[in-house]
This record gives sequence, structure tokens and C-alpha cells, in this order.
Amino acid sequence: MLTLHNVSVNIDDTPILNEFNLEVPQGEVHAIMGPNGSGKSTLSRVLMGDECYQVTQGAIMYQGEDLMALSPEARAHQGLFLGFQYPVAIPGVNNMTFLKTALNAKRKALGQSECDAMSFMQLAESAAQTIGMDLAFLKRDFNTDFSGGEKKRNEILQMLVLEPKLVILDEIDSGLDIDALQAVALGINALRDAGRSFILITHYPRLLELVQPDRVHVMMSGQIVMSGDYTLANTLEEKGYGWLASNTVES
Amino acid sequence: MASRSAPLTSELFSNIAYEAGFVTDIQSEQLPAGLNESIIQQISEKKAEPSWMLEWRLKAYRHWLTLKPPTWAHLKIDPIDLNEIVYFSRPKSMKDAPKSLDEVDPELLATYDKLGVPLHERARLAGVAVDAVFDSVSVATTFKETLSEAGVIFCSMSEAIECHPELVREYLGSVVPVGDNYFAALNSAVFSDGSFVYIPKDTICPMELSTYFRINAANTGQFERTLIIAEAGSRVSYLEGCTAPMRDENQLHAAVVELVALESASIKYSTVQNWYPGDEEGRGGIYNFVTKRGLCKGDRSKISWTQVETGSAITWKYPSVVLRGEDTVGEFYSVALTRQKQQADTGTKMIHIGRGSRSTIISKGISAGQGQNTYRGCVKVAPTAAGARNFTQCDSLLIGPHCGAHTFPRMDVMHPNAQIEHEASTTRIDEEKLRYCRARGLDEAQAVSMIVNGFCKPIFQVLPMEFAVEARQLMEVSLEGCVG
Ligand SMILES: Nc1ncnc2c1ncn2[C@@H]1O[C@H](COP(=O)(O)OP(=O)(O)O)[C@@H](O)[C@H]1O
Ligand SMILES: [Mg+2]
Repeated sequence: MLTLHNVSVNIDDTPILNEFNLEVPQGEVHAIMGPNGSGKSTLSRVLMGDECYQVTQGAIMYQGEDLMALSPEARAHQGLFLGFQYPVAIPGVNNMTFLKTALNAKRKALGQSECDAMSFMQLAESAAQTIGMDLAFLKRDFNTDFSGGEKKRNEILQMLVLEPKLVILDEIDSGLDIDALQAVALGINALRDAGRSFILITHYPRLLELVQPDRVHVMMSGQIVMSGDYTLANTLEEKGYGWLASNTVES
Repeated sequence: MASRSAPLTSELFSNIAYEAGFVTDIQSEQLPAGLNESIIQQISEKKAEPSWMLEWRLKAYRHWLTLKPPTWAHLKIDPIDLNEIVYFSRPKSMKDAPKSLDEVDPELLATYDKLGVPLHERARLAGVAVDAVFDSVSVATTFKETLSEAGVIFCSMSEAIECHPELVREYLGSVVPVGDNYFAALNSAVFSDGSFVYIPKDTICPMELSTYFRINAANTGQFERTLIIAEAGSRVSYLEGCTAPMRDENQLHAAVVELVALESASIKYSTVQNWYPGDEEGRGGIYNFVTKRGLCKGDRSKISWTQVETGSAITWKYPSVVLRGEDTVGEFYSVALTRQKQQADTGTKMIHIGRGSRSTIISKGISAGQGQNTYRGCVKVAPTAAGARNFTQCDSLLIGPHCGAHTFPRMDVMHPNAQIEHEASTTRIDEEKLRYCRARGLDEAQAVSMIVNGFCKPIFQVLPMEFAVEARQLMEVSLEGCVG
């Protein structure tokens, strides 16, 4: 599904990712953990196509194609979805309108017919029900005056409606109460299938217990320094990243 | 490899198709260019006006001679040679005023069809009566019979002068006096046509009224005059739209609109202004120098101005309300977009005289390209206006590094217990919002238009429904070409 090979990334000529390698096969859920500032968000922004980040070397292949050749919107049309660490608010724009515009932009790009108001409504409502989101949120302005947790839930709602192929969730579980965390996990598990891959960026094992990823990677200073199964998350929680610094062997 | 994201630049806002930019090939009958008493006499003669009207015009003209164009606005205006302007131009076919739509030149009807304002019986806009003004004359008014059954008078100003002189004499110039300002005085001297509305006592106007202004002939000014009188207990909603062909020369549009609301009457006046804005280099476009004022004469009356201004090379207008009655309400809702080299200096005046009078001002300015957008507002509370209240909010949105937004709110409060609130903000269109939208599959143009539409929502939602759709589309078209 996704392969990064020796990818280096700069921001304003400061290197952030250094010869980064990652392979996420189709149908797998991978988690990325790592201390603040290790480059996790940078990775997700590069995958999304944020032009603030300069990719100085390496290759990123998505479904066998050069991802860097695609504009951010084309990546979305091709099934890439980034759940933002800090989702924006758009005052005056109805949540449903935003989501419907996004869905139809994708359908149009793929040569499919636009989704009409009725079937969209059903789609959005059933997605909201999956994650226990109050339908009133659908009618509100997009993320406007939403709490942090409500914004994250809204990211999951969009993910469910857009049915992407590769989902990257950047700290989707930060600042969530237990109910919201459950809801997010429900959303992820509802969408999980053999054709779809996930990258979950997180600091906490709790989400990983609910989702049970196939692999867990630990990132430090712009590189993956250790990989393992989901029990690695617990080990890290116990021993901290300091343990890793003295133990940077790939398992 | 992609380099650091360039901020939205001015070339993003390149020249955008102006769909209303076509010229109707039609023979017109014109007075020679120039401005003097003889021209004014000829205008009056062409229109077969009574002598009091001519005298009124001449008085305005003589006063105008003593005035100078205003220089206080934040505008760069190339001097206009008023002697090169044609002050009267009408389609030849209109010379012997057609008695019904069947007699109106098909070429003219086709023009309005093309503009999306069909006048003929079959295709008329449902629920909207239209007065169509072409250059200097009104060519047709639809739904006259339906309206007259309700006692509503909706006709051209020329017809009103002929058929309802007592109303015209009582109210014309009663809100905007002939010598009010340079452009209003000029309009009073040379105005050619416009719309007249009279809503009788306790009558709710059965449909939306609308005037569609079209400038067609070259070197022609359009100086229309609109007068709306709402008798006690009546209610009316009125909308104006405007377009002009693309021409390299600037054309002057200096209108005057007067509204009078008597006791408990309510007038809602909405404008979707899409005059030709000129090209990328700032060549051509309409100078839109307009005086609009409403008088809340009776207690508990209400006047509401809503404007969506996307066109014109230069806009100079301040739709205002004089809140003379007690517990009167004045509102001003505005969206003004300037792009390319457009300039707008617009806002409102709320003059509180009556006790308990209240006003609301919400202004949304959007600047893109090299556009310059100024909000200029004035809230005056007279010593008589105990309990007066005003709320003002003006927000500016900047798109790209070469445009400008300016705010000049003024307050003159002469009553100690008046409550005045003012909020203002200026923001650049947020790059992170654009990135977010793009990550969801919207292209940059869709993203900008979505964010701008959201920004304008408080205004769009007070427009009559059909026109809200039109305004949204107009905004979208105007924002096209913002893709890097
Ligand atoms: N826009 C930016 N400008 C400058 N430095 C940045 C920017 N974004 C991230 N960085 C720096 O890059 C490093 C990696 O950041 P980030 O990818 O956000 O880490 P993480 O998500 O793992 O906490 C940090 O040192 C951070 O300060
Ligand atoms: Mg981060």
C-alpha cells in the first residue's frame, strides 16, 4: 500500500526526517510512537502533500505510484486520509455541507456520479451513529466551537464517510475522554478490512489495546529506531523512551 | 520537489470571465455629450415632464455648480470629465413608449433573458416583479396588474412623475436633499429614470419587487433615482441588480435611492451589485457613486439594507438610515469583494434621533489581488435618542499579499445612556484551512470559495432566498482563478 524508501525531509533547510524507511502492506494497521519532536507529524504532513516540507531525497510509493507527483487533493481522491492533530474550524460552513463537498469532489475526480442530498444524509447519519456522535453536530458550523474531543470525533466521522484506502491519524487519541476514545476505536475498527491500511500516530497504549495494530514502530530523531508487535507499546509505557535511546536495535 | 508553499499571490486572482459583459446591438437615441442647462432642459423635454420637475432639476444643477467632488474617501479616482458623458440615451424603439410587453423590442427582451431576468409572461421569475432599466429608461415593469390589485404602485420614475405627481412632489428629495452631496446633486439635475414604489397603509406587498439596471451604450452615465414609500403598517422587500458591458473607458453610475417608512412600516432593500469591474490592469469598469438613504419617519418603523458588492471599478456608497421615529430599527448588512484593481469605500451611517432607536451594522470586506476595501461607518446618537443602541461588527478577510483592508468607524454619541458596541477583525485567509480542505479533496478554488462563503454567511442568510443563491454563485465566479 505505502512504501517510504530513504526519505529525507527538511523544514527551512533543517533536516527533520533522515533516510526514513517504512512499509505498510495492504490491510495492516501500523502504529507510530515516539517522543515529541521526533518527526511524526512531519511524516503525516509529507504524506498529505504539505508544501512547507521539502523532500530532499528518497521515494514514496502509494499503491505502486509516485505519491509526490500528486497534489494534496489528488491524494485525497486516490484514497489517502489524514486525521489532523489540530483540525481547523470553518465558521459559517455547515458540517454536512463541508463533508458533502469533500465526498463529491472525490466522486467527481473518480468519474462517479455525485451523491445526492438524501443518500448523503443517510450516509452521514449512519456514520455518526457508528461512533455515537449526536446528530446535532452535523448541522453545526464545521468544527466551530467544538471541543478538542468533538473535533477528533468529527475527523473520524469524515473518515467513515469518505472511506479512504490509507488512513493516517495523527494523535487522534490525545485529549480524549474514555468514551471518546472508545468511539474513535469503534470508528477505526468499523472501517478496518483487508483492502485498507492505517497508520496511527499515538503516545498511548490505550488506543492500541482497543485497535490491536499489526506493527508498532518507534520513531526518534526522524528515523524508526525499533519495530515490534503491539506489546511494544506497553513495554515503552513501562520503560520510557530513555530505555530505547540506549537500546536502538531493530527487532 | 515541491518547494515551501508560496502564499496566495496576486496573480492567482487573474481576470475572471465577466458573464454580463456583452453589448446589445441596438439603435439608441442620445442627447449630445455634455452638461449644461440646455441639456437638462432637453432631458426634461424628452421625458415630457411638468415644469415643476424641470425647475427642481435646474435648482439642483445650480447648487451642484457650487460643489466639489468629495476627496475624503480612501479611493484613487482618475478625474472624470463630466462634459464627455452622455446624460440621456434610450433605445430608439422606446421613443413611443410601448404600451405593453408585446410592443417592447425583442432585442431588449433577449438582453434580459441572457442576463437571467426574463421579462416576458411565460418565463418570469416566480414571485418577483421586475422593473427593467436600460441605459436611461425603464423598458418594462412586470406583474403590474397583480400589484395594483393590492394597491401597490410599482412603476418607472417617469411614469410616477406623470401619474402620481402629488406623491413624487411630497417625497422626492425629502430624504436625500438635492444639494446633499456632489453626486446626489448631479443625479438630481440629470436623473433619467428609475423605479417608484408606493405601498399603501397596512399592506404587505404580495411579491418581491426588483429593479434590474443595465448600462449598455458607450460613454453613457446612468443616473437613476429610486423612491420607495411605505405607508403606516405596510411591508415591502425590494431588490436591485446591475450589470454593464466590458468597456475600456470608465462609466459613471451615480444613483440616488430614497426610502421612507411611516409608522410601523418595514422596508427591506437588497442589492446584488455586479457592475463591470474593469480588467486586470484596472482599465475600464463602472464608477459606482451612489447615495442611498432611508428615513424611519414613523415610530416603530424599520429599514434594512443588505448589499453584496462584487462589481464596479470603484464603489463609493453608504446606505444609511435616519432613525427619526421612536423605537425604530436600522440595519446594514454588507459583503464587499474587491479583486484585481478594484476599490471600494463603503459602509453606512446610522443617525439615531428617536428614543429607543436601535441599529445593527455587519460588514464583511474581502480583498484579493490588488483590491482595496474600506469600511467607513458613522453612528450618531442625538441628545434626543435616549436608550439608543447600536451594534457594529466589521470583519475583513485578506487573500494574498497585495491587497488592503481599512476600517474607519466613527461614533458621535450625544446621549449618556446610549449603548454602543463595536467589534472588528482583520484576518488573512488561513493557509492551514486551505491545506485542510485540500487534504479532504477540495481544490484550492473550492477551498477559498467555501471559506469565503462561510465568512459571508451572516449576510447571505438575510438576503431573499433566490438572491442568496445568486450571491453565492456570484462570489464563486468572482473568486475563480485563485488557483496557483
Ligand atoms: N513548520 C515548522 N517549522 C519549523 N520547525 C518545525 C515545523 N514543524 C515541525 N518542526 C520541527 O520539526 C521537528 C519535528 O516536529 P513534528 O513532526 O511535529 O514532531 P512530532 O509530531 O513527532 O512531535 C520538531 O523539532 C519541530 O519543532
Ligand atoms: Mg505531532
